Amino acid sequence: MRIYPNSLRFWAFLFGIVGACTLSAQTKLVTNPVVYDNFEALEPVLNRQTDTIYVINFWATWCAPCVAELPLFEQLSQQIQGKKIKVLLVSIDFKRDLETKLKPFLAKRTLQTPVISLTDSRQQLWIDKVDPNWSGAIPATLIYRNQERRFVEGEFTNFEALENTVNEIGGQ
Amino acid sequence: MKNTIRWVISLVFLSISMTALWSQQNTGGLKVGDTAPDFSLKSVSGKTITLKELKNVKGYIVAFTCNTCPYAQMYEDRLIQLHKQLSPVGWPVIAINANDPTVTPGDSFAKMKERSDEKKYPFEYLIDEGQKVFPVYGAVRTPHIFLLDKDFKVRYIGAIDDNAEDPTSITNRYVENAIQAIEKGKDPDPNFTKAIGCTIKVKK
Repeated sequence: MRIYPNSLRFWAFLFGIVGACTLSAQTKLVTNPVVYDNFEALEPVLNRQTDTIYVINFWATWCAPCVAELPLFEQLSQQIQGKKIKVLLVSIDFKRDLETKLKPFLAKRTLQTPVISLTDSRQQLWIDKVDPNWSGAIPATLIYRNQERRFVEGEFTNFEALENTVNEIGGQ
Repeated sequence: MKNTIRWVISLVFLSISMTALWSQQNTGGLKVGDTAPDFSLKSVSGKTITLKELKNVKGYIVAFTCNTCPYAQMYEDRLIQLHKQLSPVGWPVIAINANDPTVTPGDSFAKMKERSDEKKYPFEYLIDEGQKVFPVYGAVRTPHIFLLDKDFKVRYIGAIDDNAEDPTSITNRYVENAIQAIEKGKDPDPNFTKAIGCTIKVKK
């Protein structure tokens, strides 16, 4: 009979662990990017015919203004819960830098926005497919819903600027 | 009343033409076939470089680049190689740093000189002081190449080649092929390419 209190404590402990895990799973931090070797794998994500707004930022760990504006996309990710908006970070770091630069960067940062690593070197082929107006300079951000598209080359200097562009699409 | 209407109409027309002019300037920059304007810019060599004053040239490889952009750095050795290979046959590289050093201190004239000495740049490395040249050319990223023939006609705009990451996997050396085409009296194909690069850092 003396076992019970101990056992109860054990179960409480177990539930605690499970609970904590579930909670941390909900606010899961991104440390491993999804790697796409071919642009064709990413292309559908840039052209979904739905009523969801997609905010897709092209960046790289070596690009200082890109890294500087990452917190804005994080802030957006946190504010849109429950809305039909998806935020994605597409890293165009080189394939050879995936393990040595991108992953350590993501491990250090505590990003909640999903990260895709696009390692397709055929830039001449895919830059136009992201947007015909894109010169290839980063940062660059595609914001779209269905057929309505906005493309911003260069960085957002504050959250309001990003939010306004999203709202233009949202018609809010 | 008639006067007011006339005023309103002329104002509307004025604003329309102003907007048209403004947007034209914004999407401006050189296109293939345009004649590029000359410039006089200070080089790390101590000279002031004006294109038309260069001797024995068949054309110019005008390269907007900088010290600090990792993409520009990746192409640094290839730019040196290009100049070594093509300058003797009349196609020198003219490198221009268009970044504002108050935004990226690593792109100051002193730092340019440092980098140029360190890597023994065989080409002139100019600073676009006051950032007046790059917008006229329409350079938007580093590196960004504008290939001009001896008459300053723009023949090719874009990347140096098609693989920034791995020089051993290049399948098209755009600039070299463009020059070969021009030498044969043909038009380069492609005459315009896109590539990833850093934005040019404009004074805030």
